[in-house]
Amino acid sequence: MGLFSNRKTVFVDSDILVVGGGMAGCGATYESRYWGRDLKVVCVEKANIERSGAVAQGLYAINCYMGMQWDENQPEDHVRYARNDLMGLVREDLGYDIARHVDSSVHKFEEWGLPIMKDPETGRYLREGKWQIMIHGESYKPIVAEAARKAASEVYNRIMVTHLLMDEAKPNRVAGAVGFNVRTGDFYVFRAKAVIVCAGGASHIYKPRAVGEGMGRTWYAPWSSASAYALPILVGAKMTQMENRITLTRFKDGYGPVGAYFLHLKTYTENAYGEEYESKWYDHTKELVGDYIDRHPVPTCLRNHAFLEETKAGRGPIRMVTKEAFQDPHKEQVGWENFLGMTIGQAIVWASQNIDPKHVNPELTTSEPYVMGSHATCSGAWASGPSDYAPSDYQWGYNRMMTVDGLFGAGDTIGGTAHKFSSGSYTEGRIAAKAAVNYVNDMKNDKFQVSEKQYQDLKKTIFQPLENYQVGRNEIVAGTVSPSYLLPLSGLQRLEKIMDEYCGGISANYITNEPMLTRGLELLDMLKEDLDHLAAEDLHQLQRAWELQHRVLASESVTHHTMFRTETRWPGYYYRADHPKLDDTDWHCFTLSHYDQESGEWTMEKAPVYHIVD
Amino acid sequence: MHIDETTRRAYNIEPNMCWECYSCVKACPQNAIDARGYADFAPLGHSVRVLREEEKGTISWKIKFRDGREKNFVSPIRTTKWGSIQSPAELPVPSAEDIHSQELAHEPEVLNVPGGLPALRADQLKQGVV
Repeated sequence: MGLFSNRKTVFVDSDILVVGGGMAGCGATYESRYWGRDLKVVCVEKANIERSGAVAQGLYAINCYMGMQWDENQPEDHVRYARNDLMGLVREDLGYDIARHVDSSVHKFEEWGLPIMKDPETGRYLREGKWQIMIHGESYKPIVAEAARKAASEVYNRIMVTHLLMDEAKPNRVAGAVGFNVRTGDFYVFRAKAVIVCAGGASHIYKPRAVGEGMGRTWYAPWSSASAYALPILVGAKMTQMENRITLTRFKDGYGPVGAYFLHLKTYTENAYGEEYESKWYDHTKELVGDYIDRHPVPTCLRNHAFLEETKAGRGPIRMVTKEAFQDPHKEQVGWENFLGMTIGQAIVWASQNIDPKHVNPELTTSEPYVMGSHATCSGAWASGPSDYAPSDYQWGYNRMMTVDGLFGAGDTIGGTAHKFSSGSYTEGRIAAKAAVNYVNDMKNDKFQVSEKQYQDLKKTIFQPLENYQVGRNEIVAGTVSPSYLLPLSGLQRLEKIMDEYCGGISANYITNEPMLTRGLELLDMLKEDLDHLAAEDLHQLQRAWELQHRVLASESVTHHTMFRTETRWPGYYYRADHPKLDDTDWHCFTLSHYDQESGEWTMEKAPVYHIVD
Repeated sequence: MHIDETTRRAYNIEPNMCWECYSCVKACPQNAIDARGYADFAPLGHSVRVLREEEKGTISWKIKFRDGREKNFVSPIRTTKWGSIQSPAELPVPSAEDIHSQELAHEPEVLNVPGGLPALRADQLKQGVV
């Protein structure tokens, strides 16, 4: 190790290790303590759990609430809704499980102090739509974090987890994780009986629309660096539906959300000439996807598809008609507070461009693609289902355990469970944690075994970019261009360009095909080789280096999955131009991948879809 | 955010990876952090400022347009005292039997439904296209 041999190593042993302290991680931490009173529960987070994760800036709505206490919806209604929106393919066992528990999470949030708006007539939670309730959620995350902090034995902030540890006594069993403190550079070895991965999904694997100072203004948080996928992939956990990336229709440049505008404010879209356009594309869409276009509500990807076609036909920009609704002062207030509560950047865009939606109908756009497991899409790890009803194809162990023993997940990490959002991710964390407590209890005195060699090898790998920088820097006199190293930002921009051009990003109009994907994989292979030469000037860049490693591995998975599924299941999210139609005969199934770390080979397979039929 | 060692002022070390989430702006005890929109698409001359007051339980916003128009908003942020959440460690210990049930913490009571936690029957899940 030479230069860094004096680096401090900190050992933290626990029963349950929660990786990532966002909504899912806070739910997992709370529930681990509730059921495991004598267990040591540790939560480790790259930022600070007070404001970490996708809910950092707050939320103005909770998008997953059944309202079972008022018989507004039942869990099976939500399953049918998510299934419909995802063109038939969700893990209905997992989705039902979240839906049956989610109301209890939301009721606790209210008890803890989250201001939930009420309908003045009924006294019930104020509905934005069938599934959404409106909140004053600026402090949603700090409130949930307070509960998690009290539940945890210890919370370690500012530590980026880079790899999972594997047990050396029992094959295919997890034994903890390693990472480093992004402020002090200390190396951390977390040994644990069970690990719950609650890390973030993937922004910045596709080139964003703003590429200069504004490249951070992505729809999903720039710190969501695909650790949710890379950590489990590296130790051989199977992934599902990684091709099912999401493209969002949002207000232009700020990516401000449209949910409250459509559902609560009753605003609507029109083309540049004031015409309704979605119905124009009905016959064309029906040819591609059959009767999926006749379902209600119309699946999100198909509405995107009409937007894209109308824009390609030269009748953009598409605008949101706000001028009518915003004449009502209450609606105007909701419209603005909706952004201030969760996407401040959109308020900034409108203020800077003098856009007052009372007088101007603002432009919409479609975003670059994102890969994640908690919004209107369901990429992520293949997980075991609830023991009381999951079919045997979906059940090999504890609830939310991946295909690696002792490795659990929630939120963006777990695949197949679309439309969980903040409350569902938190709830899935709780579900995973209760199962993990049972797993730990059943282990009894069986201890994890991790050799010094395993973590020392990882230590060398983790800090290598600092050494690469020191060495490579000597080859140049000034500037940033060295012949022998790759800076994290340069590597990120190469990744974004590959994915954008070859795997269906914005500049390809979301279109790809087998030859494009094949070429994309060749370029990703070379990028992977170059990652051995990543150079980090300081600890901040070292964090960026490892975020890039995670993003590249997730992107490779996305590309293999996209290649495997030879149909266009979600037009509007992406298109396989060589297989332009939805194909229920061959592809009414999940795609699964497995990565072999030794050989670097990916293996693809299909898994069956089970539906609630009555 | 880092502190500049010479001027003792905080600054954003990587603005192009900023999400404009305002977490730093809200957290600064001196209210010393300001932000402007990204140069890629935001013309100059605007401002969006915020004051988060935990004791009052409110957040206040002042939006100034490039052309000088202003809008002000105030919202509640919390209905209970900060620090008042009870740790799950202080609650009665669940029974050995409960730990094997499907119910999560505080269920079924907190669900507030007559039939308790709902469940599917295994035979309700079938393969096929619906």
